[in-house]
Amino acid sequence: MPYDPPDTDTTTVDSPTADTPTAGSTTTADNTTADTTTEITTTAAEEPPTLPTGRHTGCPFDPPAELTALSDRPLRRLRYADGHTGHLATGHAAARAILADPRFSSRYELLHMPVPVPGMPAELPPAPVGDITGLDAPEHTRYRRLLTGRFTVRRMRQLTERVERFTAECLDAMEQAGPTADLVEALAQPVPALMICELLGVPYADRDRFQSQVAVIFDQAADAEARGGAYAGLLQYLNELVLAKRAEPTDDLLSDLTASDLTDEELAGIGGLLLAAGLDTTANMLALGTFALLSNPDQLDALRADPGLAGQAVEELLRYLSVADPILRAALEDVEVEGETIRAGETVTVSVQAANRDPLRFPDPDRLDIHRKATGHLSFGHGAHQCLGQQLARVEMAVVFPALLARFPTLRLAVPPQEVPLRERSNIYGVISLPVTWDEA
Amino acid sequence: MSDRHEPLRIEVDRDRCAGAGMCALTAPEVFDQDDEEGLVVLLRPDPPPEHRPTARMAAGLCPAGAITVGENGDAERAGP
Repeated sequence: MPYDPPDTDTTTVDSPTADTPTAGSTTTADNTTADTTTEITTTAAEEPPTLPTGRHTGCPFDPPAELTALSDRPLRRLRYADGHTGHLATGHAAARAILADPRFSSRYELLHMPVPVPGMPAELPPAPVGDITGLDAPEHTRYRRLLTGRFTVRRMRQLTERVERFTAECLDAMEQAGPTADLVEALAQPVPALMICELLGVPYADRDRFQSQVAVIFDQAADAEARGGAYAGLLQYLNELVLAKRAEPTDDLLSDLTASDLTDEELAGIGGLLLAAGLDTTANMLALGTFALLSNPDQLDALRADPGLAGQAVEELLRYLSVADPILRAALEDVEVEGETIRAGETVTVSVQAANRDPLRFPDPDRLDIHRKATGHLSFGHGAHQCLGQQLARVEMAVVFPALLARFPTLRLAVPPQEVPLRERSNIYGVISLPVTWDEA
Repeated sequence: MSDRHEPLRIEVDRDRCAGAGMCALTAPEVFDQDDEEGLVVLLRPDPPPEHRPTARMAAGLCPAGAITVGENGDAERAGP
C-alpha cells in the first residue's frame, strides 16, 4: 500500500504516515511532563522522547496528551524506531517552514520511521512507480505538472453536481434501509470512491468490483493477506483500465495522460496513488467529521441552520481532526530552523495535529469552532507536495455534511460515543464504523 | 499600510507554482489557474483596495511561495 495522500500530491496529505501501535501500547517518553525551561538545546544527558501516538486513548478528536506536553517547544529532538536521533516539529511556523523548504527531501529511502510499522522494513525502499509523494524536484515536478491541470479549483467545482447526485443516491439508500446505518459504509466511503471512479474513468459496469476491492483494502478488520490480495487485484484492474483508455480514450484523467509520455506502469501507479490518497483520507474526514459534529451539538446546529457555513466548517474540521499525520522529511544539508540546526541526513517528523493545535496560530485551538478562520491549517500539507486533490476533497465535504444534516434532522449516534470503534493502527486516523440512527419521518 | 492610495504590485512565478489552487480559491478576482497545467494566472497585478486583503492572504497561503506582493516599490515574497 502506498501511504499518503495527497501529499500533497493527492487528496490530503503527505506521508508516509506512521501506523499507531496497538491499543494500550502508547509510547510515552520518560520526560513527558511539560518542562518550562527556556533552554533550546537538548543536553547530551537528556534522552530524546519517542513519538507519542494513540489518539484513541483520550478524547477521540484530540492529539494524545503526551504529544501536547511535547509541544511546549516548536522543535525538539526525537528518538526514532531504529534508534536514529532526529527531530519533531510541533509548532505551526516551524512545520510550515520545513514543508516549504526544498532542502528537506520527501524521498522514502532517506527517511527514518518515528514508530515501527508492522510489515514495513526499517529502511524504506524508494517510492514505487507513480507514487510521486516520495519524489523530489525535478522528477516530482515533472509528474505533478502532468496532473495539476486536472485538479484545478474550476474543474473540481464542475464536479459539484456529480458529488451532489452521488450523495443524494447514498442518502436515499440509507433512508430506505434505515433507521440505523453505518455511516462509513453508507456514505463516507462510497462518495469519495465514486468520485475517484469519475476521475479515473472507471466504467459504471466495473464500479461494484472496484468498490468491493477498495472496501477490503481499507477494511481495518481484514487481515494483511486479504488486504494485500485486494490491492494486487486493484492494481491489476488499473493496468487493464490503462490499456482500455489507450485503445479508446474517454473524458477522464487516465485517458488524458495516455497522450503524455508516461508508461503504462506509471499510469497505473498514478491511478493507485490517487486512490490511496483520495479515498481513505476523505472517507475518514466525512465519518470522523460527522462524529465530531454530533459531539458538538451547538456547532452542528449552526451548520444545519446555515449551510452557507459549509466551506468554513470544512476548513475547521480539517484543522481540528488532522486525519493524515504525521509528514516526514529528511534534511539534505544542515538547515537552521527556530534557532536549532537540523543536520544533513536527519529526519524531521512534522506533527500536523500538533501544528494545527498551535495556540500561537489558532487561538483556543482545542475548541471546534466552525465560525473561526481555519485557513492556513496544514492538513493538506504545505510546500511543493501540498495535496493535489485538496479542492476535490473540499467540494466533497462541503456537499456531504450539509446534505446529511438536512436529510436527517434527528441524526444521532446509535451507540454511546465511547463505543464508536476508532482506527488505532492506520496511517489515516478515523472511525472503523459510525453507527447512526434517526427518527422516521 | 494605507491601501487606499499606495499602489500594490503583485507578481507570480509560474516556475515555482505547485498548482495547489489556494490562490484561485482565496482571491478569485485576482488569481486564476490555466486549464492545461493548473498553474497560477495573474488576473490583476494591481488589484483595487477591496480585493487586496484576500490577495495578501492568498500570497501567505501559497504553498510554493510563488506569489510576491510588493508595496512602495519593494517586493517581498510572502511565505517561505
